[in-house]
Amino acid sequence: MVRYALNRLISLAISLLIASVAIFLVVEVAPGDPASYMLGINAQPDTVAALRTELGLDVSKPERYLTWVSGMLGGDFGTSYTYRAPVAQMIADRLWVSLPLAIYALTLSTLIAFPAGLFAASRRGRAGDMAVMGATQLGVAIPNFWFAMMLVLVFSITLRWFGAGGFPGWDAGLGAGLKALTLPAVALALPQAAILARVMRSALIDILGEDFMRTARAKGLSRRQALWRHGVRNALIPVLTIIGLQFSFLLAGAIIIEQVFFLPGLGRLVFQSITQRDLIVVESVVMLLVFAVIVVNFAVDLAYAAADPRLRTRT
Amino acid sequence: MRRSLALGAALTALVLAGGLLSFVWTPHAVDGMAIADRLKPPSAAHWLGTDHFGRDILSMIMVGARTSIAVALVAVGIGMGLGVPLGLAAAAHKGGWLDEVISRGNDLIFAFPSLVIAILITAVFGAGAVNAIVAIGIFNVPVFARLTRGAALSLWEREFVLAARVAGKGRLRISAEHILPNVANLLIVQGTIQFSLGILAEAGLSYVGLGAQPPVPSWGRMLADAQTMVALAPHVALMPGLAIVLTVLGLNLLGDGLRDALDPRLRRRRP
Repeated sequence: MVRYALNRLISLAISLLIASVAIFLVVEVAPGDPASYMLGINAQPDTVAALRTELGLDVSKPERYLTWVSGMLGGDFGTSYTYRAPVAQMIADRLWVSLPLAIYALTLSTLIAFPAGLFAASRRGRAGDMAVMGATQLGVAIPNFWFAMMLVLVFSITLRWFGAGGFPGWDAGLGAGLKALTLPAVALALPQAAILARVMRSALIDILGEDFMRTARAKGLSRRQALWRHGVRNALIPVLTIIGLQFSFLLAGAIIIEQVFFLPGLGRLVFQSITQRDLIVVESVVMLLVFAVIVVNFAVDLAYAAADPRLRTRT
Repeated sequence: MRRSLALGAALTALVLAGGLLSFVWTPHAVDGMAIADRLKPPSAAHWLGTDHFGRDILSMIMVGARTSIAVALVAVGIGMGLGVPLGLAAAAHKGGWLDEVISRGNDLIFAFPSLVIAILITAVFGAGAVNAIVAIGIFNVPVFARLTRGAALSLWEREFVLAARVAGKGRLRISAEHILPNVANLLIVQGTIQFSLGILAEAGLSYVGLGAQPPVPSWGRMLADAQTMVALAPHVALMPGLAIVLTVLGLNLLGDGLRDALDPRLRRRRP
C-alpha cells in the first residue's frame, strides 16, 4: 500500500508539473501585453516599460515561470495586474462562494441519486425502474445553464420564492447565503445526480447477482435487509469514485452557472480577468482548479486502493 | 431496447434534417430584423415565436443546428483521428515505452477539468467556432485512445490475431486489418456519446460568449441573448434549450440503442 501510494504521489507531482507548464505556456502566448492594455493606446513607451518592470514582465519567460510556481508553493499567487491586490486574497474571497456552492450541489446530487438508484435497482425492469432511468436520460441531456434559467423563470420570476441572482455575502447570515445558492446548486446538481443514480443502480444490480447476496438471502435476510447490509456497502466503492470525479465537473460547471446567477465566485473572477488581460489571475485560478481536481482524483485512487487491494497493481 | 434506438434515430434524423434543410430553406430569413414582430409568442406564422429582433426562432434553431452539429462532429473527428491510432499503437506495443507514454498522457488529460481548459483555450486564442472545436476535440482524444487500447488489448490475445502473426503480418498491418474492424462498433457507439457531449460543451461555450460569434447563429448564444428577456418572453429561452435537450437525448438514446444492437454483451455497461 505504501509503495502504491508513493507511486501515485510521484505521478501526482508529475501531473501538476506538466499542468503548470501547459497553463503557463497557453496563457503566455495570449495576444496582448498586460502593461500596454492597462495604460491604453496613448501610453508612452517608457511608461509601459516602467509598468512592465513593476509587474515583473520584463524578465525572461522561464524566470517568470519559476517565480510563479515557487510563489504558489509558498501560498503567494502574485499580484493582480488590474486590482494591484494579492491574487491569493482575491481567490480566497471568491472561494467563499464557489466552494460552498460546489459542496451544496454535491450534497444535493448525492441525496437525490442514492434513493433514486436504490429504488431503481430494487425494482429492476419494472415501472419504477423505467421511470427513474427515463428521468436520468433526461437529466444528462439538459444543459445545466439552461436548467438554471428555467429555475429562475419558475421559482424567481413566477413564484418569487428565490432571488434571480446575486449573493448577499455570508455576513447577511447563513440562511440568506444558502438561499441565494439554492437555485444554482440545484441547477448544478441535476446532471450529476442523473449520472450518479445510474452508477448507483448498475453497481447495485451487479452486486445483487453476487454469491454473497444469495448467501445472505439463504441465511434468512429479507431482500431489503440483504440489499441494505451487503448491497449498499459494496456499491459504495464505485459510487464514491464517481462522486470524487464529479467534484471536478461541479467546479467547472460552477464557472458557467455563476454567470447565470451573477454570483461573485471563481468563475466570474476568471471571466473578468480574461477580459482585463489580468493573466496572472487567470493562470492562478485555472492552476488552482486543476490542482483541486488532480488532488481529489489522487485521494479517490488511494481510497479505492485501500478499500480494494486488487486495484493496487496497475494493468 | 428497440424503442430507444428508434426514438434516438428519429430525433437525431430530425435535427440533422433541420440543419441540412436550413442551407436551402428556412421558414423565415434569419438575417433580417422585424422590430414590429419582436418577442411574439408561438403562432401560425411563427411556430416557435420570434426573438428580440423579431427573427423567427424556428429558423434560428435550424441554422443554429448547423453550428452545433459541425462543431461537435469535427471535435469527434479530431478525437477519433488522433485517439484511435494512439490507442492501436499503445495496444500493439503493450508494456513498451510507447504504451507507457500514451497511457500516462491519457491519464494526464483526463485529470484536467475539460470545461475549464476549454474556456482557457477559447479565451486565450480568441472566441470562435474553430477554437471551440479544438478545445472540445482535445478532450475527445484520450477517450478514444483509452477505449481503443482497452478493446484492442483483449483482441491481441485472440487466435485469429495469433494466426495473422504466424502468417508473418507486422503489428501495423494486424492493427489495421484485424484489430480496427473489430473495435469499430465500440467506436461508433462512443462516437455518438461524445457527439452529444460536444453539443452540450459547444452550447456552454457559446452561452458564455466563447463559441461561435455573431452573426453565426448558435443555440448557446440564443440562450445568452434570451436570458434578460426570460420574464418578458419565456419562449425565447425555452425553445433553443428544448432543441439542445432533444438533440442530446436523441444522440444518447441512439448510442445506447446502437450499443445493444451491435453488441448485446455490452448492455448496462454505461452508468
